[in-house]
Amino acid sequence: MLVRRLWPAQFSPTPGRLESMRREMQTLFDALEGTTASRSPGVFPAVNVTQDPDNFYLRAELPGVKTGDLDLSAVQNRVTLSGKREIPQEEGASYHRRERAGGSFGRTVTLPQEIDTKKVAARYDNGILTVTLPKVEAHKPRSIAIKTR
Amino acid sequence: MEGNRQGIEVTERGDVALSAEQTRPGPVFMPQVDIFEIPEVITVMADLPGVTADDLSVDLEDGVLTIRGSVDPPEKDPEESLVREYDTGSFYRQFKLAQTIDQAAISAKLSDGVLRLVLPKVEAAKPRQITIQT
Repeated sequence: MLVRRLWPAQFSPTPGRLESMRREMQTLFDALEGTTASRSPGVFPAVNVTQDPDNFYLRAELPGVKTGDLDLSAVQNRVTLSGKREIPQEEGASYHRRERAGGSFGRTVTLPQEIDTKKVAARYDNGILTVTLPKVEAHKPRSIAIKTR
Repeated sequence: MEGNRQGIEVTERGDVALSAEQTRPGPVFMPQVDIFEIPEVITVMADLPGVTADDLSVDLEDGVLTIRGSVDPPEKDPEESLVREYDTGSFYRQFKLAQTIDQAAISAKLSDGVLRLVLPKVEAAKPRQITIQT
């Protein structure tokens, strides 16, 4: 006798919620143009993007990269990070493990708001690149005072 | 390039599995390494982004090399996350070394999140030409 299990009605999420979640995820993924987030040949730095009321912050793990090999540019609401990581081949050595990859990389991140490109600042400390991207003043949300009689 | 972000996995070809004693909460990652050898020394290069010398410890005991590093989350309140592709946490990796190392002569250099460990082999471990007399 064939027994089939059907989804119990109370466990299926409402289509509306799933759809809005899917759309949110899509927006986030669309924001990462250029290289994909998955690991593939070459070095794609994984990035984290955060925000507070005044700035966006982009951080990337880039150990052992010379700042001269790093290129950072910003326009409107996009920031592009590119460069190369060199892992010198050690002459005459026999390798037991070879996990660190070198190569070129390039990524463009699209932010939800326009940034003030003149005030973008970047630091490279201990192999972490931190880029501070101030939001354009006019686009910052402003509190509106509510008057009462 | 295989995923380098995974939960703690200490057992690896020839490595010793010991329970990791964590003093900081958070995820533990296995740093990517290059290990290469020439007649006199073994060199270990490890990617440890965000780790400073104060938060790094390297131990060699009974032929087991242990690298431990930790990173504090850089985000400050009230930052909220928009995209999160990597997590910060501790780094941990152990290796069992086949050769005997001159511990007093180990050098460790941490620069831009990369650790370069030079482990000189003990005299007796260096390959020696054996002349065959006839």
